[in-house]
Amino acid sequence: MNRPRIAVVTFPGSNDDRDAALALERLGAEPTLVWHAEPELPDVGGVVLPGGFSYGDYLRCGAIARFAPVLEAVRRFAEDGGLVLGICNGFQVLCEAGLLPGVLRPNASLEFVCRDVALRLERADTPFTSRGEAGQTLTIPIKHGEGCYFADEELLDELERDGQVVLRYEQNPNGSVSAIAGVTNRGGNVFGLMPHPEHAVDPLLGSTDGALLLGSLVDAARERELTAA
Amino acid sequence: MKATILVRPKPGILDPQGEAVQSSLRQLGFAVDEARVGRVIDLELADADADAARAELERACEQLLANPLIESYEIAVER
Repeated sequence: MNRPRIAVVTFPGSNDDRDAALALERLGAEPTLVWHAEPELPDVGGVVLPGGFSYGDYLRCGAIARFAPVLEAVRRFAEDGGLVLGICNGFQVLCEAGLLPGVLRPNASLEFVCRDVALRLERADTPFTSRGEAGQTLTIPIKHGEGCYFADEELLDELERDGQVVLRYEQNPNGSVSAIAGVTNRGGNVFGLMPHPEHAVDPLLGSTDGALLLGSLVDAARERELTAA
Repeated sequence: MKATILVRPKPGILDPQGEAVQSSLRQLGFAVDEARVGRVIDLELADADADAARAELERACEQLLANPLIESYEIAVER
């Protein structure tokens, strides 16, 4: 089987870019690290914005990263239907950039939370979850201080109605509205989540449920490359 | 020209920082019913025209300094 190319963007302050690349490689992709200052993306079947603290997360998490030159290329890629996955800080960046609805705020507890959490997979019919089954429970770690997802009532109704909520915490660790852990855009080709699937791909680290999400992305990126060819 | 921008969490938005400040103040004996914590941004502007500066700052707030989903802002320009 061919190895689809997936770009992993490195911002100054990213710290999970290499873990994401390693996980994608193990799951059959050919990851390629792309520096934030690049004006273009290489020819890829998908893009991952990794976790970390882009540009020090000054002002608000993700608020500065959204002006990185590469983000314009990511925006064009997403508008063409390209697959974009934002993990943790990457999720915050996508929200600030308006590629995903809502915003992430300081945890209600004001504490940094770092532990495995149980998540309910709400949808298995997305390019990021096709290896799973709707309703199943996934165990994946979170590690964030600002993961409290917020959408106002109107937006929340819209997200629930359109099935954009893909992952929900079984026990809300951070005060997110409706216990939302991950959402897609309306087109379903951009997905952001606070949990770290790249840290849950090896049994040595406790859970391999992250492989289900990243592996789905690898499958979808491969299919996309084949269709394009 | 100087300008000051106040960014506040919108009413109804959970403000855990404000709650922590309120509870600390109460512990110190201050009778505080509510605290909300925002952000102050002081700017030194090249612009000499106050109205033009205000219009620019309006854009700066929308694009970067505040997230309109959760924050409101106030602009004060010193003439």
